[in-house]
Amino acid sequence: MRPDGALASGTGTGRLAEPTRAESVGAVAILIGQVRDRRRRRTAAVLLGASVLVFAAAIASLLLGAAGLTVADVFAVLVGQGSPKAEFVVMRLRLPRVLAAVIAGSALGLGGALFQSTLRNPLASPDILGVTGGASLAAVGSMLLLGLEGPAVALAAFTGALVVAGLMWALAWRGGLTGIRFVLVGIGLASIVSGLLGWLITRAEVREASEALVWMVGGIASTGWSELGTSGGALVVLLTATAVFSPRMPLLALSDDSARSLGLDATRARATAVLLGVALVAVATALAGPIAFVALVAAPIARALIGHGQAALAASALVGVVIVLVADLVAQHAFAGFAVPVGIVTGLIGAPYLLWLIARGNRKGSDG
Amino acid sequence: MTRSAPHSLRAESLTLGYDGRVVIDGLDLEIPDGRITSIVGPNASGKSTLLRGLARLIRPESGRVTLDGRDIRSYGARDFARRVAVLPQQPVSPDGVLVAELVARGRHPHRGWFGGRSSDDDRIVAEVLEATGTAELAGRAVSELSGGQRQRVWIAMALAQRADIVLLDEPTSFLDASHQLELLDLLTDSNRDHGTTVVMVLHELNLAARYADHLVVLDGGRIAAAGAPGDVMTAETVGGAFGLECVVTTDPVAGSPLVVPIGRFHRGEF
Repeated sequence: MRPDGALASGTGTGRLAEPTRAESVGAVAILIGQVRDRRRRRTAAVLLGASVLVFAAAIASLLLGAAGLTVADVFAVLVGQGSPKAEFVVMRLRLPRVLAAVIAGSALGLGGALFQSTLRNPLASPDILGVTGGASLAAVGSMLLLGLEGPAVALAAFTGALVVAGLMWALAWRGGLTGIRFVLVGIGLASIVSGLLGWLITRAEVREASEALVWMVGGIASTGWSELGTSGGALVVLLTATAVFSPRMPLLALSDDSARSLGLDATRARATAVLLGVALVAVATALAGPIAFVALVAAPIARALIGHGQAALAASALVGVVIVLVADLVAQHAFAGFAVPVGIVTGLIGAPYLLWLIARGNRKGSDG
Repeated sequence: MTRSAPHSLRAESLTLGYDGRVVIDGLDLEIPDGRITSIVGPNASGKSTLLRGLARLIRPESGRVTLDGRDIRSYGARDFARRVAVLPQQPVSPDGVLVAELVARGRHPHRGWFGGRSSDDDRIVAEVLEATGTAELAGRAVSELSGGQRQRVWIAMALAQRADIVLLDEPTSFLDASHQLELLDLLTDSNRDHGTTVVMVLHELNLAARYADHLVVLDGGRIAAAGAPGDVMTAETVGGAFGLECVVTTDPVAGSPLVVPIGRFHRGEF
């Protein structure tokens, strides 16, 4: 079968030692299994490590603060036997905050991973492309102009994100999608959206405008249980849909022609992935405002940990949660005397990464 | 492992183009089953476009391509991919993907909706890695490989589809002479061992004439000549299609036609 094999056997030496074809195919199959197991072990280790970090940050979030609760107090509340004061602090203030961080962080991390992998460009993140901005604009508009609240705001956010993504798709489409085109169109749309948002704010009443501004920075400080229920439910649906969709991700990392020749309708699959990403970003934005840069940075960190060449969806979601939880801890406790919204801290982490990404892309002369 | 049943792949009054510009113009073509077909032609003659049309990568402006009598557009995407494998020109590999992982993607058309791996998959991937001489690269990143190794890995991925028909767009471009031969030998192995029908666009006329059972010469979106290389590759055909003055003699090694091109200089000066 192999020309060099045939040549070697022609010399007459070592012919008996040469394995039969069936044996060597068996050996290669074992090697393939080992390659896969190595990848799996590493993925499992990353997921486990990130979960431990999530758990630790969540516990720290529940414990730290002026109320001076101990682990025992918190545990007592969680099993339903806490003191009224501890009960109030944990169930009204801190636990909703932790859960909001988990929902928003995972939705943003996963949404960013879907966008970046599908469009094959690390800059193609929903916050850079104006998709998050579209969700914010529609949410703020529905609050200020229509006086909506609750699930209606979430729906408005989804519609806004979808409109921006749809416009981007229509403007960037040229018989196929290229990542860099999508990015440029998206950046243009992002500035239009932020201009409209500014106009809305200046026209609003001062009190409403300041509420909207606080929301726009991205915060998880005052989340109610009913909001958590709505977004948690939506998140579970979207996570399930993404899990069902995910076997297609490895093919989408190839070119459209390659994906098609392997039996995947590449255009439809890319549209589906972007739609899932849009919905995830809308869930996060409706709940917590546009928390800056989480969608941009979570997936690259996850991919670097797991090894490149993977979409690293689950790991991106967990890394997103870690980022939001830790950033929120910093936002609450690092600045003596006053707490800042979590979006300020993630912005401080994300902006330098964005600059580095652009500088590196320029040096390589590639689109990422 | 032999093929399930004979296949017929044919183009019927096929017109292909981009944005209204016609590239392939009302072309009729029958691909011989179980043989190696090579498509040659000058630049911009529509070779790659024709291959993309046969591969269902572009929609015909008019006419159709049929597989076993059915319009290829009526097949489900996976169903078609189980029958016809395609290697596009210069495919891009994602950063960091490993050889075994990339080749395993060739099994996708055979997987269920949830992407579950069957017990056969590892064995088939191992077989094609073995056959393409890339087994020892299984754990390496595709992006680290040399051009020749990388092209063999892509061929392995296409072969892992276990399709009876394999279409390749310039599989030998950017390879040096020895790697070109190695690759064409590999495809011949697949043709002889599994009865795979191979259709490839090639640039190099003499290699095309040597390795093909059936040669299709394209010129300006139409077929200038088609048939056995010995019948098709004449000084007249090459002159007409390529605008190239030449002498056609016999390849002293393979016995196939050998095109010796003639330029303005070095004519009969010895």
